[in-house]
Amino acid sequence: MIWNNEMECADRQQMHEIQSRRLSAMIQRIYDNVPFYRNKLKEAGIEPGDIKSVDQLKYLPFTTKSDLRDNYPFGLFTVPQSEVVRIHASSGTTGKPTVVGYTQQDLEMWAEVVARGLTMAGIHRGDTIQIAYGYGPFTGGLGLHYGAEKVGATVIPISTGNTKKQLQFMTDFRATVLACTPSYAAHLGESIRKEGIAPEEIKLHTGVFGAEPWTNEMRKEIEQLLQIKAYDIYGLSEVIGPGVSMECACQCGNHVFEDHFIPEIINPDTLEVLPDGELGELVFTPVSKVAMPLLRYRTRDLTRLHREKCDCGRTLVRMEKCLGRTDDMLIIRGVNVFPSQIESVLMEMTETTPHYQLVVRRENNLDTLEVLVEIDERNWSDSIRELEGIRQRIDHNIKSLLGISAKIRLVEPHSIERSEGKAKRVIDYRQY
Amino acid sequence: MYIKQLSVFLEDRSGRLTELTRILAENDVNITALSVAETADYGIVRMVVGRPELAKKALEDAGFSIGLTDVVCVNIPDKPGSLYRILEILTAEDINVDYMYAFSNNDVALAVIRAADIAQMSEVLEKNNLQLLSQADIYQL
Repeated sequence: MIWNNEMECADRQQMHEIQSRRLSAMIQRIYDNVPFYRNKLKEAGIEPGDIKSVDQLKYLPFTTKSDLRDNYPFGLFTVPQSEVVRIHASSGTTGKPTVVGYTQQDLEMWAEVVARGLTMAGIHRGDTIQIAYGYGPFTGGLGLHYGAEKVGATVIPISTGNTKKQLQFMTDFRATVLACTPSYAAHLGESIRKEGIAPEEIKLHTGVFGAEPWTNEMRKEIEQLLQIKAYDIYGLSEVIGPGVSMECACQCGNHVFEDHFIPEIINPDTLEVLPDGELGELVFTPVSKVAMPLLRYRTRDLTRLHREKCDCGRTLVRMEKCLGRTDDMLIIRGVNVFPSQIESVLMEMTETTPHYQLVVRRENNLDTLEVLVEIDERNWSDSIRELEGIRQRIDHNIKSLLGISAKIRLVEPHSIERSEGKAKRVIDYRQY
Repeated sequence: MYIKQLSVFLEDRSGRLTELTRILAENDVNITALSVAETADYGIVRMVVGRPELAKKALEDAGFSIGLTDVVCVNIPDKPGSLYRILEILTAEDINVDYMYAFSNNDVALAVIRAADIAQMSEVLEKNNLQLLSQADIYQL
């Protein structure tokens, strides 16, 4: 089923018109109401009336995360505070949190795109969705919440944490859909096994997972653990929250709801727009957002765009699963390493679990990478020869994928700290 | 006849082995035989205990990862040449020993042996009139 046939299956010409109209109106709004953008546009020699087509997007200035920090907290809002009905904020691990505001219309648009996404994953009235994303300033919980209510599903707003209660609600309330981060989904799957809950007591058939990069191998592991089909939902609070893009049943990339969020791929060094199919940094312009539209916001996520029509019938542009964020990327002895690459190596092996941690140090001016890998408690041998064989295979596979050697350390099951939100995959002790 | 050996994966962290034996002590589990195989980062503790199922549960509840491995525990006369005789039998039958550990007490000597095909090894040793201990025998040691 398709939630909004008109927008999700529009032909390219129609979409071009919608985007152009909305972009042009947005430029006028930010020019009139946001001094930061008025100055930026003036510096670039652009008057609001100049922008008539989405094809001109590439001439417009970018917005970065540091621009959001410089205008903390409400400097980029286009409306008076009396129009703002909700404020969300990112965790702000580095410095000030990133603040975003929503008008009533924005919240309705957000619920609409999440409803489109959930419908894509086959979720509808009659389903019971357990939302184990954090509720609060983080956009995950409330973002999923209103979209799920919009499609008419029964919502369990349990938020994150308290694994025992999660399992109790999941079985007693017969949840059919689980929404959380992929690492927490893997943890819940393991906990079901550990508690000895019979498979027939779990009624889940679908998972909606996002908020951190995850690989297809991780997907297989979660699908097998929970006996579900797992879908990727993508989003970031600066653009709206979850619901910027979502996978359909074909699972050939996430459909971007481009009538609201116009995507581009740029070369992060030259800032030039790259053609479809090329890997680069994802940039979004959320053209219909009222409280806080952003002009060409640089996500730091690395991916590719594809525009061929999808078998599901939707014409929306697709983005590949993100390889990682440019700021997740580790540079180790000059080699670019994404945690997701290590994850894909580990997930291909049956003797290890999806739980791992990368520890980076600098010893005698040389970067060292240590990979902590939990052995699988259900499937380990007490023979040193076999354990060493596993260690050597991980070592070999990482070396052949990345071209650098890592020290592999096998650790006890459950010894790597479990996260209920975003997993902490990297510990970098290097001093810059 | 085989018995269940407890195998424990231990990270090389200070106090881990102490913690392991504390839990066994609290649960009144007697250790008949124990060996530690170690690498740079981790070790495998292998133990023959009186009540393996109870020990496994107690250790798992405390967060250890426990495997139960089938091993053969063979009674050998405590005199020179006895172990040689057993290994000679296994070699003649082309049975490869993965690992073993042995101990003697008064006039009894016991060897715990693990091989890939534990059923075959057990059969061969019994055919050669060697006494293999049962779980109940271990409990009474």
